[in-house]
Amino acid sequence: MNAPQPMTLKPQPMLSGTQGAAVNRARWLRNALPAFSLIVLLGTIFIMQPRAMSYMGMNLMLNLAVPIALATIAQMLIITVNDLDLSLGSFISFVACVAATLLNDHPLLGSLALLGCIGVYALLGALIHIRQLPAIVVTLGMSFIWVGGAVLLLPAPGGSAPQWLQALVKIKTPLLPFAVVVCVLLAIAVHLFLMRSTWGVVLRGAGGNPLAIAKAGWSLLRIKVTLYAMAGSFGVLSGLFLVGLTTSADANMALRYTLLSIAGVILGGGEFTGGRVSPIGAVLGALTLVLAGSLLSFIRISPDWQIGAQGAILILVLALRTAVNRLEVRPA
Amino acid sequence: MNLSLQLNRVRSKPWLWSFLAALLVWLATLAFTRGEGAGALTSGALAFSAFFVIVGVGQMFVITTGPGNIDLSIPANIALSGAVGMKLMEGQDSLIAVGVAGVLAVGVLIGCANYALIRVLRIPPIIATLSASFLLQSMAIAYGRSVRIAPPELFYQFSTGRLLGIPYLALAVALLTVVAGYVLSRTLYGRWTLAVGQNMRAAELAGVRVERVRWATYVLSAVFASVCGVLLAGFSGGASLSMGDEYLLASIAVVVIGGTSVAGGFSNVPGLWGAALFLYLLVSMLNTFGASAGVRLILTGVIIIAVIAAVSGRKSQRSL
Amino acid sequence: MTMTPAPLVDLKGVGKHFGAVRALNEVDLSCQAGECLGLIGHNGAGKSTLMHILAGTLRADCGVLLMGGEDVRHGYSVQVARQHGIRCVFQELSLCPNLTVAENTRLMCPGLRGFGWRRKAGALIVASLDSIFPGHGINPADVVADLPIGQRQMVEIARAFTCVDEHLALVILDEPTSSLDARVAEQLLGYVRHYVESGGCVVLISHILGEMLATCDRIAVMSDGCVVDVRAARAFTHATLVESMGTVTRSQGEHYEFVSKRGSAQPVVNQRPARQQNGQTVAAWPGEIVGLAGLAGQGQSQLLVQLLRERIASGKRVALVAGDRQTDGVFSLWSIAENITISSLAALKRGALIDPQAEQAMAAEWQARMGIRTPDMNQPILSLSGGNQQKALFARALGSDSDLILMDDPMRGVDVGTKREVYAIIKEEAARGRTFIWYTTELEELDHCDHIYVFRSGQAVADVPRNELSEAQILRSSFQEEVA
Repeated sequence: MNAPQPMTLKPQPMLSGTQGAAVNRARWLRNALPAFSLIVLLGTIFIMQPRAMSYMGMNLMLNLAVPIALATIAQMLIITVNDLDLSLGSFISFVACVAATLLNDHPLLGSLALLGCIGVYALLGALIHIRQLPAIVVTLGMSFIWVGGAVLLLPAPGGSAPQWLQALVKIKTPLLPFAVVVCVLLAIAVHLFLMRSTWGVVLRGAGGNPLAIAKAGWSLLRIKVTLYAMAGSFGVLSGLFLVGLTTSADANMALRYTLLSIAGVILGGGEFTGGRVSPIGAVLGALTLVLAGSLLSFIRISPDWQIGAQGAILILVLALRTAVNRLEVRPA
Repeated sequence: MNLSLQLNRVRSKPWLWSFLAALLVWLATLAFTRGEGAGALTSGALAFSAFFVIVGVGQMFVITTGPGNIDLSIPANIALSGAVGMKLMEGQDSLIAVGVAGVLAVGVLIGCANYALIRVLRIPPIIATLSASFLLQSMAIAYGRSVRIAPPELFYQFSTGRLLGIPYLALAVALLTVVAGYVLSRTLYGRWTLAVGQNMRAAELAGVRVERVRWATYVLSAVFASVCGVLLAGFSGGASLSMGDEYLLASIAVVVIGGTSVAGGFSNVPGLWGAALFLYLLVSMLNTFGASAGVRLILTGVIIIAVIAAVSGRKSQRSL
Repeated sequence: MTMTPAPLVDLKGVGKHFGAVRALNEVDLSCQAGECLGLIGHNGAGKSTLMHILAGTLRADCGVLLMGGEDVRHGYSVQVARQHGIRCVFQELSLCPNLTVAENTRLMCPGLRGFGWRRKAGALIVASLDSIFPGHGINPADVVADLPIGQRQMVEIARAFTCVDEHLALVILDEPTSSLDARVAEQLLGYVRHYVESGGCVVLISHILGEMLATCDRIAVMSDGCVVDVRAARAFTHATLVESMGTVTRSQGEHYEFVSKRGSAQPVVNQRPARQQNGQTVAAWPGEIVGLAGLAGQGQSQLLVQLLRERIASGKRVALVAGDRQTDGVFSLWSIAENITISSLAALKRGALIDPQAEQAMAAEWQARMGIRTPDMNQPILSLSGGNQQKALFARALGSDSDLILMDDPMRGVDVGTKREVYAIIKEEAARGRTFIWYTTELEELDHCDHIYVFRSGQAVADVPRNELSEAQILRSSFQEEVA
């Protein structure tokens, strides 16, 4: 990824009050875009199929949303420091395989293995920072390693998720389905940490202007290691949740998550560079991608187009965002 | 003087390494089998490597145009092109030309679409090609849904045939790489691509038409992926949806191991062959040794990371 | 000033080299609590280098750095500088654009923590903004990237004056008013006086003479890496300040008859700078060498790039010699020959392919012509010294078939011998009818130009033929007389 250029001052007339208001409106629009897309999508679904608005209907539609939302949060943490994780999907598959084999048979060993995975992520962060490696290529290599590990553990689809895990993901919460509750809690928790806490400020600052962060006396190495380790932790959670839902695992079960998680972050208003990310947006983006598939089945379009619809929504939202940005840039 | 000699050595070295590694792996395999099946191993390696190299050439041009440039739409493109080609050919020799022309058109269209997304939406190439790949994947599913159509006999013969044990395909792709090498070093487009990858701003100031170069590069990559798709369909007796899946990671891996700089501006055409042969031979060596699929994958990953760590270490020495 | 104890900061014999270039030459400078010290000089005089050394971002090669009488040069760093209460606002912004104003405040003040830190940080920065820039209209929840550049600068300045539980003694302001409008600049300067009178110390760098004379207690004038004059501000006038800056020894050698090349045919170029308010254009006639003067970064490079893009888009030929070799010029992975031929490839083709022999021939021709010192033009470009790399960039532009050559301060960090050789070649090419537009920050290079435009704030503010050229006039036009 490109390192952001240091800003240099260029004399420029100050904006007048009305232009300042236009900038604020544009920013508001940009922030509201992920929620707006999701509401439009949900609205359409409910109009097409009013029965979907029930507890059961929501549960059915959002069944698989939680692992995707967790994966999207993991990817977002990596994107915060202008990197990209191409191994996330295979990592989640690997975690699922560990959960369906080791964790089930030897809980202690399995837990240690999962902790080790988080450690590997932390090491990756350190390696990428110290040797200034392109994260894309390193995580590309890691994706082979995770799939390899998964195949070693589980050469053919199978295994069995621990009972407690299966029970956990099937909890029935009052009023709102469990998946919705988890997504809301996830979005709020990560938002509080990354966007509201003093640590979060430093972590995001490292994506915005690393030089300034280093000059202010913070260690970029520690920042990167922290973010990678956190991404690894969310990847582990995603894999556990996924295998709890499917009850058995497969070495290739989550490969799609790599690209889906990137798309979710971008849909949620995140950008590849400059530390501009939004946890709430990322969760909304993940939900949008999941629901795009449901919408198609409700309007009786062949499921062949499910992936295509995700692509189309991505392009549409990005086009809208470009339009909003143009609004912002245009001098009055 | 000394420094520049070293620099020259660095510039010519990387592809040698990949060939050397391929040769070692080949020898190790044959030592294990006591020379049995040398011919089959070699010709299999050449045939499969040819496919890696075709997509690798396109991906190499894209990666050469600078950091952040990568084509993620290759697998979906392969699946779609394979389906389009087989459908247009309808299994008849007389329609091969139609099929090939259709596939080339698909490639050009996909390349233009990728570039349009990058340019019009001002989004990073990764996300542009990613969203395009989602759409292409669906098209491939919808379009290729009908029964599997076998390739025309003649086309099948070409994709699988051999001359003195060397697959036709390998010969054709070898020719293609020679052409790609010439394009890179001896044409305006090639020089401009290398210039853009080293320093986009300097290239613009030196009079390079940067946007034309980027457009041509994405079209080129898409066309190569399309060609790979139709050949792969011919080779394996029909198009399948998942036949492109492994080519995303493989195309990047071949480019990186082959010695092309991920930071852009320096490509290595022969290295593509070295890397492709090495990757294929490594897998078959581990197969002969009786290693499981998991071990093979893990080793591939370790090698990719080791290569990138070593290469970037060299780069930091150079800047000193 | 009456008798004071040891000065707050005392620099003695500080020197700094960048390669062969001597940026600072045994500089002595001190400042006291309760004074505003002004630092003035032409580009490259060493002001910024000196301030970076004081701020701890650069390390001095020699000399003594005393703070309150204590030598701190060993192990001096940004952190140590902060502990001694030194804050700085440099021209490169050190705000994180993706964070809010309050969050950026927190980055510099680790003391802000615990529940409600955001509110405390916001209150702190707003208090600071209120006292410096009343009526600023900045909300602490605004994201910095959304603020116009002037407001970002205000935040940066206000943050330097904010402290939680740290000690604040000296604030360095490097061109703080360059992106502020007149009213806000006045507020800042008023605050600086107030701060200084309450016992603080400020080092102010500015190119606006009026604000220097009105704000500073003492002014140090720098030239060629030396402090050439330090006086109380009262003892300076506009005229004496300009005079003391212009001590560049000038070669009186080559003076030749001036013949204007204007008036005959149509100009080759007639371009209005993008930010020009009136109808003034920059024009160049065939065979003319047109100089763009003024302080660095006043829109000269932008004019050249604007001209280049328009001509390329309309299919006209043009070539540019970059001055910032690393970012704008050199292709670092290529040989010298490849670097030279990149702009002329179309002419080197035989059939569809580039002819290697023609390429080698061109490289050899220009090696001889420019005197590029290398045994082999196929060596990597980075094997050359800076001056020879620059010659290769000249060869790239001059070797192209373009009759208009733009030069973007191309002699930065080039030794005198090389400069002479290149000047001669430029004159030779101009005599053959090529047109040159030459942006330079070195006053003596203007002697080689037929016509000069002086730039200030993105506009051409003076239009001088060579026979009317005087250094004083260029300096007068470059430095703003009044607070904008």
